[in-house]
Amino acid sequence: MVIQVTILPQADIISAMSTADLLQANLLSPYVLAFGLGVLAKLLRSDLALPKDVYTGLSIYLLFALGLKGGVELSEAPFGEIFLPAVATLALGVVTPVVAYAVLRRLGRLRPVDAAAIAAHYGSVSAVTFIAAQTFVRAVGETPEPYLATLLALLESPGIAVGLGLGLLATRRADHPVGGVMREVFTGRTMLLLVGGLIVGALTGKSGYEPIQPFYEGMFRGALTLFLLEMGLLAAERLSDLKRTGPFLVAFGVMIPVVHGALGAWAGTLAGLSPGGAAVLGAMAASASYIAAPPAVRMTLPEANPTYYLTASLAITFPFNLVAGIPLYYWFARLFAE
Amino acid sequence: MALTPLRLVTIVAEPVLESRLVRDLKALGASGWTLTESRGEGSRGMRASDVPGEGIRLEVVASPETADRIVAHVAEHYFPNYAVIAWVCEVQVVRGEKYV
Repeated sequence: MVIQVTILPQADIISAMSTADLLQANLLSPYVLAFGLGVLAKLLRSDLALPKDVYTGLSIYLLFALGLKGGVELSEAPFGEIFLPAVATLALGVVTPVVAYAVLRRLGRLRPVDAAAIAAHYGSVSAVTFIAAQTFVRAVGETPEPYLATLLALLESPGIAVGLGLGLLATRRADHPVGGVMREVFTGRTMLLLVGGLIVGALTGKSGYEPIQPFYEGMFRGALTLFLLEMGLLAAERLSDLKRTGPFLVAFGVMIPVVHGALGAWAGTLAGLSPGGAAVLGAMAASASYIAAPPAVRMTLPEANPTYYLTASLAITFPFNLVAGIPLYYWFARLFAE
Repeated sequence: MALTPLRLVTIVAEPVLESRLVRDLKALGASGWTLTESRGEGSRGMRASDVPGEGIRLEVVASPETADRIVAHVAEHYFPNYAVIAWVCEVQVVRGEKYV
């Protein structure tokens, strides 16, 4: 067998790709197409559904694989290199929910408690959006910093805490035990697998990781494709709720990720990340949580309407980021890098 | 076999309430509980699984006093903002002394 390899300098590949090319490359990726298939299946009222346990299993696999790989690479990264990006990430975790809250209150005239509930979701992060962004920037020839999974772990909880705090201030129930709910966020499966994976990966290092690498990397993209099929089903299930949420929330679900994505890509560039890394940080800032945030918000701010926050993050922002947002944040990152 | 008249309290609720409800039931004097996952739709206009996860159905056999305490507690703390319903039935229980 003869394998022909054409080697182009990386910069040439990237500069040759226009924004339209990037968008097209993204649209024809198996991940976006699988997501689309899920949406289509729901619209056709197909009986297709991933068993709940398979969905849970896939999410455990993806998060643990992410943590492990990130941990192995973290063990080789000098601490000084990750310090500034970590600071930028934490700052984003505090700023993005406040921006979202202000927009929802001022422009959307939402009730404080609804605004805070949605802000908690947009301050936190969607791990699947992170994975999709990382996969995308690699596909266009970038090499994002290996320690980005650590930033993902850092970004998950501050936004939820800020959002819940805003909601409790607004409803004047400062006596409410946020501590218990935040403990649940920290011990929830997302954080446990991600942080646990990072630690296990960092402790085992490259030589310890090598024997398990085929399982965690060889199957990773295939598992992601299947997971996105299910995400398509879940998102489409919420499409009928769009009527109840109204046009403002739809506009919010598309506009706020662009603002947060630009902010994230800019902060990442300032912190010294490569364009690929800054684009992934942008996608993280732009994404909205739909696994960790909903139960925490439901417990702490029960007066908030769950239809608003679930529909906005799952049916509007997630598909937007997957299809158009990620290439856009990459474009921002390249712009800021120049 | 001797039967004891007791009350069966059934609470159907959204899944986020599981650990809180179980804690409350024990604190209110329930000696045990049974939980099953459930699906459904109600007047609140939201699916029981609005926040991802199945709905829950909690059943408790208790003395009339404990049953009253449980229902009053659930009504006060959870009815206003959560998708929850609760009902009480008279039941004839074998080995009734276990529940009082």
